[in-house]
Amino acid sequence: MMNYFRVFLTFARNSLVRDMTFRANFVIDLISSTAWVLINLAFYTLIFHYTPAIGAHSGWEKYQFFLFLSTALLINSLVQALFMTNADELSELVRTGSLDFALLKPIDTQFLVSLARNEWSSLGNFVLGLGLMGYSMYQLHYLPGLVQIVLYPLYVVCGIAIYYSLMIALAATSVWLGRNQTLFDFWFYITNFSRYPMEIYGGPWGTPLRRVFTFALPVLVVVNVPAQILVRPVNPQLPEDWFLPGFALFATAASLLGSRWVFQRALGSYRSASS
Amino acid sequence: MFASLTTAWTILRISLEERLVYRGDFALGTLMRFLPIVTQIFLWWAVISAMEAAGSGREIVGYSYHDIIAYYLLTMISRAFSSMPGLAGGIARDIRDGTVKKYLIQPIDMLGFLLLYRVAHKLVYYTVAAAPFLLVFYVCRGYFAGWPDTPTLMACLASLLMSFLLGFFLEATLGMLGFWLLEVNSLLFVYMLLSFFFSGHMFPIDMLPGVWGTIVKQIPLQYLAYFPAAVFLGKITGPALWIGLATQFAWIVFFMVASRLAFHFGTRHYSGYGG
Repeated sequence: MMNYFRVFLTFARNSLVRDMTFRANFVIDLISSTAWVLINLAFYTLIFHYTPAIGAHSGWEKYQFFLFLSTALLINSLVQALFMTNADELSELVRTGSLDFALLKPIDTQFLVSLARNEWSSLGNFVLGLGLMGYSMYQLHYLPGLVQIVLYPLYVVCGIAIYYSLMIALAATSVWLGRNQTLFDFWFYITNFSRYPMEIYGGPWGTPLRRVFTFALPVLVVVNVPAQILVRPVNPQLPEDWFLPGFALFATAASLLGSRWVFQRALGSYRSASS
Repeated sequence: MFASLTTAWTILRISLEERLVYRGDFALGTLMRFLPIVTQIFLWWAVISAMEAAGSGREIVGYSYHDIIAYYLLTMISRAFSSMPGLAGGIARDIRDGTVKKYLIQPIDMLGFLLLYRVAHKLVYYTVAAAPFLLVFYVCRGYFAGWPDTPTLMACLASLLMSFLLGFFLEATLGMLGFWLLEVNSLLFVYMLLSFFFSGHMFPIDMLPGVWGTIVKQIPLQYLAYFPAAVFLGKITGPALWIGLATQFAWIVFFMVASRLAFHFGTRHYSGYGG
């Protein structure tokens, strides 16, 4: 375990050295990723210019919603920094046969291909998320209690694990499909549903949609559970709220095991493309 | 005259055949692009219901819930006309790697060639995208109050055709800046960001309060997404409609001249790097 941690630190250091070799590019990446977030923040600020909340009596008023957004930022930035580039490159490794080299290394293949390259510039949004969280808490005159301090990071990690499982399982399908250029598209469309509080999915169409993306493909759990713990720990809105924190732990374990199974099956079907 | 028409027809035919190779990918991609609208439908329902609960009415600057969703759907059509993926970047790349010299030694006008190539691209796109567009609009027909009268429809159509030309000449002008800057990616990113926010792609720009609302109505970006959609919805009528159409036309002429001048002076500045 300790060895794995040391290997991870080496990956992180190598990626940082690589990023710092092309410093201007790093700065541009940093600016472009944070600029998108700021544009979105401007859009939400505009919405709250007209409405007091997102959803009637939902409790997601301006700064509560900004806490939700900051949670989404923290989770997304960490997933992008740690796994996104690797998941994207997996299809190239499969296509070119370079996965052979990963298989030969005396380390778990999934660990190696999931974490080999880190995108440090994505951490700009992590800092932005922390800043937005601090600002929103200041505006709400709110200090998190012991329960939040313990549970919030735990559920942020669960969220990252669920996103990671989905991403690596999608990337692993490139073994069967040959190429997987649409990974980013899929990723964008699926995570698009988790960008808002789950209460907005109501009515005859929204409720089934919410249930599917909570229980079948648990992307709604990712941001909602930690954000709810931070914003309104004892004020549930939906019947699901009571057991969602427990379910989130189950969903995390199931997602990790499921993606591990998919990855191993994919490796089993891998036929080297090299000569 | 006949020879140049034959050349134009040949360019158009070759481009059409080239684009049709990827028709399956096109159709699926188009349908997927509507997915984010699903979250917008729920988001705006949550916004309007919260406003209603707070006694702030059911409309935002004259847009009802149905208007907003119809607006988003209509901007998908505007963007289908005005978006020019890869145009500016492609021109700048041709300048950087020296490919642009083929337009200097062959009897083909670069802007004319690129325009015909885009027309072919768009014609194929509309043919293949018609089915997914019709499907989505049929499913969402409840969000529309009905067809507007014939003059409004004609004005909307004229505005859409002009948005294609404006998008083309605006992006071509940006690409031509590559003659002086060589690398325009950062500039294009800023343009994309501004365009996303201020063209009305993200929200009806009438919603922008104060000085922002005034600024955004003075710049040409609104004609790329907002204007045709607002015309269809009957938000712009009477003299304002005619002034809008005339202004859009004036911007096309402006960027047409600007791109010609940029090409004229750019080729004199050009040093012909690359093989």
